[in-house]
Amino acid sequence: MDTGKHFPHSEPKWLQRTLIAVSVAFVGVLILLPVIAVFTEALRKGFSFYLQSITDPLALSALRLTLFTAAITLVANLLFALAASWCIAKFNFPGKNLLLTLIDLPFAVSPVISGLIFILVFGARGWFGPLLGRAGIQIVFATPGIVIATIFVTFPFIARELIPLMQEQGTEEEEAATLLGAGAWQTFRRVTLPNIRWALVYGIVLANARAMGEFGAVSVVSGHIRGRTNTLPLHVEILYNEYNFAAAFAVASLLALLAVVTLAAKAALEWRIRVEQRQSVIAAGRV
Amino acid sequence: MQRLREHSVIPGFGLTLGYTVSYLSLIVLIPLAALVAKGTGQPWAEFSAAVFDPRTLAAWRLTFGTAFVASLIDAVFGLIIAWTLVRYDFPGRRIVDALIDVPFALPTAVSGIALTAIYAQNGWIGRWLEPLGIHAVFSPLGIVIALMFIGLPFIVRSLQPSMEDLDPATEAAAALLGAPRMTALRRVILPALQPALVAGFVTAFARCLGEYGSVIFISGNMPMKTEIASLLIVTKLEQYDYAGASAIALLMLVSSFLLLFLVNFGQWWATRRQRERA
Repeated sequence: MDTGKHFPHSEPKWLQRTLIAVSVAFVGVLILLPVIAVFTEALRKGFSFYLQSITDPLALSALRLTLFTAAITLVANLLFALAASWCIAKFNFPGKNLLLTLIDLPFAVSPVISGLIFILVFGARGWFGPLLGRAGIQIVFATPGIVIATIFVTFPFIARELIPLMQEQGTEEEEAATLLGAGAWQTFRRVTLPNIRWALVYGIVLANARAMGEFGAVSVVSGHIRGRTNTLPLHVEILYNEYNFAAAFAVASLLALLAVVTLAAKAALEWRIRVEQRQSVIAAGRV
Repeated sequence: MQRLREHSVIPGFGLTLGYTVSYLSLIVLIPLAALVAKGTGQPWAEFSAAVFDPRTLAAWRLTFGTAFVASLIDAVFGLIIAWTLVRYDFPGRRIVDALIDVPFALPTAVSGIALTAIYAQNGWIGRWLEPLGIHAVFSPLGIVIALMFIGLPFIVRSLQPSMEDLDPATEAAAALLGAPRMTALRRVILPALQPALVAGFVTAFARCLGEYGSVIFISGNMPMKTEIASLLIVTKLEQYDYAGASAIALLMLVSSFLLLFLVNFGQWWATRRQRERA
């Protein structure tokens, strides 16, 4: 047990074994089996077919668009998360709770609706569509639409990790730095950033997984133009609907690999954050 | 700006708050306002025609029904899984714990095609179900399976912290007073876990209502039979019926907001009640 608590009373051994067996079987069948299936199906036609599928020009262009979208999304949401956590954690102002609620809003919006709203804003018959159309700018059914929808679905991810942590850390260190004559940027970089770096990386890892894997929202705004507005998940769908199953699973295996790497990184970061928390508790105790 | 906040020596308030509010408005508030405007900006007759025609009603029934059944099954098994992960030590415990997060990390389209492959007629599990006359793929059962996959982590991750917070003394007291273990589980432990269980159930349910990627491959998408509400929105969009799509989307959005509001309110109420008792 991680909590270090000792529970002297427990269920009889036979019941414990039964419950463990039920848990392992349920998770094994419901969750592990699909992951294994992705890799098995991907290699069904042999390794050379697998390599051929993931190096196909259309798969590569989908990969490029996915990486491009994720990169812009992460930078945009990172800047937002830093600004939001700074003003929310370091200052008191009316309406703070409302702001916190609004930041979490995208979590409650389902994927298809997350795409739909951008068609209503930027589509040909949307609020800004005609204006942008006259200027020759296309957002929906093009790369900008994919990027904006992805920014929306990953909107709270990084901010959500930073805000509670920075609230907990308070304002004393920043106040001291400012009074000692440090500028805003220097205070942030030398005092705040070292305190939040692992939470920052944690948020980026989670946001990245969702950004690269988002399907519903991106599917609605992409227009499905092969080689141009297809991300990896959309490419998987197209291959699958063409009954090109082995190729679909080959491309899907890249995304499954991303998920495995994400979970490993998440576990490592959680361990890292726990260690640092323990160290800071010990350090505080010594003072 | 100076009067908006309490006095502080730390710089950057105006800049960061201004940026936060502008970015939030641009990415989140204006687009959601567009949906509200489009959804409500049509005559009631058209709105109700879009939301209550027989095909949409069938989709509502299917969406809410499968989400409810899937979340309920997840709640039962999630309770067992969380309990074994928190209370028992067994080989592979950490692996099972890590696997719980897979549905969060695996892109929905990938889980969708993988589940379809497993439960198809010639799939690993489908081939055993088929002789029994059970068709998992292209049926509501398939949708339930996909939603069970999506919903499980919400239940387990909601329960684990409150199981770790349980007080060993309460259980010891129950045992000391002669309560059999099963009675202690039912009368002492389960009530303490109830708020977390309900919160996990409702969050999973809300998430399942809007799920798209993992469902559309296994469901077969037959109108009136296996067509979920999210897919209906996409279908209407492809027919350029933006008003109809917005009407359905608005109703879905309102339901999930209400559900999540209920969860937050319930948690606030439960902590307040606990504090009053203590």
